[in-house]
Amino acid sequence: MWPLKWKKREQEYRRQREEFFEAVKRLNRRDFLKVAGLSAAVFTAKTVVPPHSFQVVDVVRAEPQEKPLFRFAYISDTHLYERELNERFVNAALRAVRDVNALDPPPDFVIFGGDLAQLGQPKELELGKQILSELKVPVKMMVGEHDWFLDMGEKWRELFGPENYSFDHKGVHFIVLMSVNEKDFWTERNMTPMERMLTVAQLDNPIQSRFEVGEEGREWLRRDLAKVSKDTPIIIFSHSPLYKYYRPWNFWTEDAEAIHEMLFPFKSVTVIHGHTHQLLTHRIQNIHFHGMLSTAWPWPYAPEGLPKLTVPMERPDPFDEADGTGWGTVDVHRDGYVDKHYNLWSRNPITVAKAYLESWGKEAIPPAPEFPPY
Amino acid sequence: MRTAKLLILVVGIIGLALVATSFERRTVGAQQSKASGGSDRLVVQLCDGETKLEIADARAGEVLPPEKAREVARRMMAAYAEQQAKQVSKWTARDRLTWEREQKRVIEEGYKLFHDWRALGGTIGISCDMCHPDAAATHPETYPKFQTQLKRVATLRDMINWCIENPMKGKPLPPDDPRMIALEAYITSTRKGVPLEPGKH
Ligand code: HEC
Ligand SMILES: [Fe+2]
Ligand SMILES: [Fe+2]
Repeated sequence: MWPLKWKKREQEYRRQREEFFEAVKRLNRRDFLKVAGLSAAVFTAKTVVPPHSFQVVDVVRAEPQEKPLFRFAYISDTHLYERELNERFVNAALRAVRDVNALDPPPDFVIFGGDLAQLGQPKELELGKQILSELKVPVKMMVGEHDWFLDMGEKWRELFGPENYSFDHKGVHFIVLMSVNEKDFWTERNMTPMERMLTVAQLDNPIQSRFEVGEEGREWLRRDLAKVSKDTPIIIFSHSPLYKYYRPWNFWTEDAEAIHEMLFPFKSVTVIHGHTHQLLTHRIQNIHFHGMLSTAWPWPYAPEGLPKLTVPMERPDPFDEADGTGWGTVDVHRDGYVDKHYNLWSRNPITVAKAYLESWGKEAIPPAPEFPPY
Repeated sequence: MRTAKLLILVVGIIGLALVATSFERRTVGAQQSKASGGSDRLVVQLCDGETKLEIADARAGEVLPPEKAREVARRMMAAYAEQQAKQVSKWTARDRLTWEREQKRVIEEGYKLFHDWRALGGTIGISCDMCHPDAAATHPETYPKFQTQLKRVATLRDMINWCIENPMKGKPLPPDDPRMIALEAYITSTRKGVPLEPGKH
């Protein structure tokens, strides 16, 4: 193998790298030069070209703008099968729960981003409920298409309540919006409930309809928003991105424009969505959008339609089954806009700061991937 | 290929009573009647699947007596030989149809396997499409390339097998397994027209 001399150098390099990342976490402007010096040491000690994330550029980004009002955490897209069939997804969900429970101080609550189950089976949903019940802080549930299309939400509602609801927390109005309704494609095809479920569960199945909030949902939203003053910050949780990214994979909400219209009059709106299993950033006027990671697997970026503000995450390493997956936290600021943290299990965490979106991508730019999607 | 053609020819002769009625796209020699369309003369098709031969002294639908059938066969052979002598390409429209049909069939088979973990021998409910919708991020155009974890320059097959063994917890397929070939056909079909970039990471 490698000569001892190199091994020692490698060890020293690793130690300095650890120290560097520790320092980054505690960073303020005064410490900046010190860490920059340390990172220079990392550069000279290394024997290979460093990944992008070692660069000092990222360190500047880590500097907090202002103390956030509060923090919540998210876990999303666990896609649970029964444990007997698939332990991998169960273990990943448990890992996220453990990680969130280890947060100190604890988050105010956890939002679960949908797709708790893989095929909407009662046993899968029950297993999910059991796993999430280990969380030490309250959980807000959102439904995904994988939870819904076997029995059109019957079991999910029995376990978790209504699919549309809202609540207020520390001056922010939170809305959980069911956005994965589909127009009936199954009746004319005589599909069984399981056939319908499998059709929707297949991302690249063109037979299914496009996701939508739908008329009833929009009416519910209109009534809910009517109770809220225009200055109140709004944070919406939806499973599909509440905009149009890529139609063939339902990275899409068909009636997105109608919903944006309802949200434009408000001072501050943030949408946090599941379903896409990847780092996603978008802004339309006053509305900031952020994606959530899946605990189960990452999805490749779509071949077109990626929002301009998204700095994509690096392509996952196929030899590391946790790569590209994880969970995250959200720091909510006084004005309602957020810093979104992606806690990737096999990578350094990535933050998409409020300042990045507010400056339309000019400031606080997240680190660019060395190996982008293609 | 040539043997196959001859075989088709022989089969064609045996089934001489068969009447082809579709319009002609190519003509052969003097035997071909100018007056097509209204003619009720017997028309036989040569083994290229395109050329039609009209038999002047036999009517459509007529069952030929053995003597006459042999004569027709002789003329067909002659027409075939003449055509062969003139032909620039060895391949006929029938060949082209066969290529297209077989390619499509194998791609469709690959599509099915890509979406069916049971058919590929997966054991934990995970199929390829779950991580690769429309075969995205399979990048067949970048192979062969070095994979650090495999410690060698790997082929697309190696990566397909790797994904069968690992994310899907199945058994690797032998390289000549029709399922492997079908998967390759489907995966590469999704990147048609993309420039080859072996070694790209
Ligand atoms: C649990 C997720 C998962 C499943 C299931 C899966 N793969 Fe992969 N596979 C990956 C990831 C992640 C990569 C790396 C993607 C990248 O490079 O962008 C990958 C890479 C590949 C590559 C190499 C791509 C490259 O750029 O080098 C091929 C080929 C491939 N997979 C084929 C398959 C096939 C065929 C199946 C089904 C038998 C399958 N995969 C199932 C996650 C998966
Ligand atoms: Fe999902
Ligand atoms: Fe989903």
